[in-house]
Amino acid sequence: MKKWTRDGDLVLARFDRQEAAVVRGLVSQIQDMLLARAEEAPQDELAELTGIRTGPSTAPDDPILSRLLPDFHRLDPDAPDPGDVDSAGALRSLHEPELLDLKTGVAGVVLDTCPPDGGTVRLSVEQAEAWLAAINDVRLALGTALDVHDEMPDELPPDDPRSPHLGVYHWLTWMQETLIEAVSA
Amino acid sequence: MTTPVEQERTQVEPSGAEIRAEDRPWQTVVWNDPVNLMSYVTYVFQKLFGYSREQATKLMLDVHHKGRAIVSSGTKDKMEIDVAKLHAAGLWATMQRAS
Repeated sequence: MKKWTRDGDLVLARFDRQEAAVVRGLVSQIQDMLLARAEEAPQDELAELTGIRTGPSTAPDDPILSRLLPDFHRLDPDAPDPGDVDSAGALRSLHEPELLDLKTGVAGVVLDTCPPDGGTVRLSVEQAEAWLAAINDVRLALGTALDVHDEMPDELPPDDPRSPHLGVYHWLTWMQETLIEAVSA
Repeated sequence: MTTPVEQERTQVEPSGAEIRAEDRPWQTVVWNDPVNLMSYVTYVFQKLFGYSREQATKLMLDVHHKGRAIVSSGTKDKMEIDVAKLHAAGLWATMQRAS
């Protein structure tokens, strides 16, 4: 693909079949993880009656989900302040259902607008903003899985099992960068 | 709607005046992480908080160089909303009482 471009109210890019498959595959995986987390939410009759949904009060064990759904307070991993732990749990329980909706929603926009066989993607600015958030979530997930750090090389040694995935990560970084330029234009 | 139980804390100012913990405002903090792009963080600050490009860039650079920046402050309820929006954008944000 070439970089995203802006044409009036539209944000455009052309994806070949393989690029579209990579984007769709990764975005659906993230969406599936988030939907599975949403399924774990405690079901109670009171929530059904009142319509006030509550999510789990503890952070996900999975490091990727935990990065996508951060705590509301900075907790010391070794000696967290008990008051902060209680407060973070209450805030997570209150806000996580909506956060999951937003994140699965932006993933849905990508899946609805990225043609499975490739082709031109035409987005409204609002849809392009959804793409930005969804692609950022994919990069956060890949970055966590690949243990990306500030001094990450462009390429890893060929025998490193992460090597091919880092290429995808860098491509997504470039793609997101050009999408930010197109949205801000 | 439930609100978390607050711990009552007091601290004594050198002047002898007491500042009760619940009187101190809250702050939203964004922490540095190795994945979020500098351009994206700047874009998010402009979009969510209405900061000028200059202000947003300065805050982004604070996050990048100092490891964290306070991006908003105010009531606890307002900071909850700010943190929730930043989480939706994928930034690593937390809230704390102003010290």
